[in-house]
Amino acid sequence: MRFLLDAEQLAFAASLNAMLTAADTPSVVRDWSRGDHTSGRALWSRIADAGVFALAVPEEYGGLGPRPVELAVAFVELGRHAVPGPLVETVAAAALFTEPSPAAGRLLPPLASGEAMATLAYEGAYALDADVATTRISLTPDGPRLTPGHGPVRPSLDPARRLFPLAPGGELLTAAPPVEHALTHARLATAAQALGVGIALLDRTVAYVRQRTQFGVPIGSFQAVKHRLADAKIALEFARPLLFGAALTMTPADVAAAKVTACEAAYATARTALQLHGAIGYTAEYDLSLWLAKARALRTAWGGPQECRDLVLSGGDRRW
Amino acid sequence: MDLAFTQDEEAFRAEARAWLMDRVPRAPLPSLETAEGFAAHRAWEAELAADRWSVVNWPREYGGRDSGLIRWLLFEEEYWAAGAPGRVGQNGISLLAPTLFDQGTEEQRARVLPPMATGEVVWAQAWSEPEAGSDLASLRSRAVRTDGGWLLSGHKTWSSRAAFADRAFGLFRSDPDAPKPHQGLTYLMFDLHAPGVTVRPIGRLDGKPAFAELFLDEVFVPDDDVIGKPGEGWRIAMSTAGNERGLMLRSPGRFLASAERLRQLWRREDSPQHTHDRVADTLIGARAYQLFAYAAASRFLEGESIGPKSSLNKVFWSELDLALHETALDLLDGEGELADTAWSEGYVFSLAGPIYAGTNEIQRDIIAERLLGLPKGRR
Repeated sequence: MRFLLDAEQLAFAASLNAMLTAADTPSVVRDWSRGDHTSGRALWSRIADAGVFALAVPEEYGGLGPRPVELAVAFVELGRHAVPGPLVETVAAAALFTEPSPAAGRLLPPLASGEAMATLAYEGAYALDADVATTRISLTPDGPRLTPGHGPVRPSLDPARRLFPLAPGGELLTAAPPVEHALTHARLATAAQALGVGIALLDRTVAYVRQRTQFGVPIGSFQAVKHRLADAKIALEFARPLLFGAALTMTPADVAAAKVTACEAAYATARTALQLHGAIGYTAEYDLSLWLAKARALRTAWGGPQECRDLVLSGGDRRW
Repeated sequence: MDLAFTQDEEAFRAEARAWLMDRVPRAPLPSLETAEGFAAHRAWEAELAADRWSVVNWPREYGGRDSGLIRWLLFEEEYWAAGAPGRVGQNGISLLAPTLFDQGTEEQRARVLPPMATGEVVWAQAWSEPEAGSDLASLRSRAVRTDGGWLLSGHKTWSSRAAFADRAFGLFRSDPDAPKPHQGLTYLMFDLHAPGVTVRPIGRLDGKPAFAELFLDEVFVPDDDVIGKPGEGWRIAMSTAGNERGLMLRSPGRFLASAERLRQLWRREDSPQHTHDRVADTLIGARAYQLFAYAAASRFLEGESIGPKSSLNKVFWSELDLALHETALDLLDGEGELADTAWSEGYVFSLAGPIYAGTNEIQRDIIAERLLGLPKGRR
């Protein structure tokens, strides 16, 4: 047992972090929120070149996967940098194909290479970024369908998440799809993304309270401020092992536990971040808002708190 | 990164499980915090020790199995899953022993550790004083130099297990002229039955004498019972705080087992919706604590110390333990009020968790200042 990321995994995280830091993701997020996808697509290609989407695609279709631990590593970094786009959905779409099939041969290689972008949603639910996604999958009772189009955009509380109803009909992809498997991947990736969002919120808030002065001292020297940040740190530090433990087992109960915990930790950190920044944090103009909005949205994406806790409790009587 | 145990580790787990299945008392022992219960728990320590299960991670020469940290974690999982009794020797084993391994002499280890392993000598801690709680370095109990040793005088309090224990360890001010409060302190071990010691038990919230006040009046302690150099007690006491001790004070196995029992209780009560989320969160919290400990153990085995991260641990387990027991009592509804159940005993015990071993407020200060790098300020 060695429950630590290895040197290669740490180097992968560090290289993604460096690449995303240099990419000025906040301005990419703002472009994306306006419906201007140019900078976002360019960033998508670089993320694909780093091998992120390939981690969800089997080798015979041009991927390196499935590698859930590395996916979790990558999505923590994507969350830290608030990268926009149907990242989770692309991974989940790839996870729909566990068996070789003509559809897999057609759809997976471009997902791995980053030429294609996928979105998927349950029938009747909103699909993320369906206008820019090249592969739109609706999870219908008959199975997943490649839908021909989408309805008008609905705004999300996170402006970077552009939501669309999917058009009905379309090609039925596989008759007995491993939807559960795809859903588990979506949850894992969302949990990782949320953890990254929480880490970014904590880092930014710690930096802020160290330099913001009131009553002649940094506000970070006040115990009321420190203890809120300590609680955020505790919540995030205990969400992390759940995330990587879930990536190793990939059982629905473990992944659900990681999802609810990471999302609640990120959301609690968002509340603390907003409170400790004061009024400046409540503005759209200040970049903190990019992460605040995402922390809220991710809570209900791919299984809200209730659904995840149900899964934990129905996870069987095994001894963890 | 993996969660796989070796064949040897699994064999060790199986051996522990088989022994515990065979030997764990069918009926729970009386409360540890009573004279009768204390004696019963002491006898259980001897039974564990006879087959080298009381201190598995210690070297064999002192009664252990040289198991290492990972096997210790596995043993603890089996121990609590088997419903085995609370450990009356816990204070000595998790607080004093690591310090002796690190800072003690060969002679001290050979003399102190084997009877600690068997429960023949049960240790209490003597840190706090009426005016020195969270601000422990302000302590005033004195150690005055005398022929061949030291004379201890002063007033210690909140000394867990001291009502029935045999010996105690703690910090005493040996140099009253030292320029700073944490200088001039000496770490000493002493006999609770020595001339000059008065033990006055204190009833905890439910009245059971779980701790005591200690009045010391020129209690003689030989030089052999000083740990490390005189005057360096603070450094010595703190040096092991961030190592195994941060991990070993409360093992994950304890909470995994309690969380599983809570799930069973919830099912027996027809899975009421009003506690659904709290039961789920307890299961998740216990799993998170286990995995956090696995990561910490992995890091420890690669030579890293846990350091101030042990403060994350302390806040997490103490709040988890409390939430777990509060949920159980709520589930039991009217029965939850009864004081003579395992759940209520555990509840009263858990209420102290956020207070002892460094209050959770002090731990949050440490997290903020040493992990997040926030500036020091008024407490």
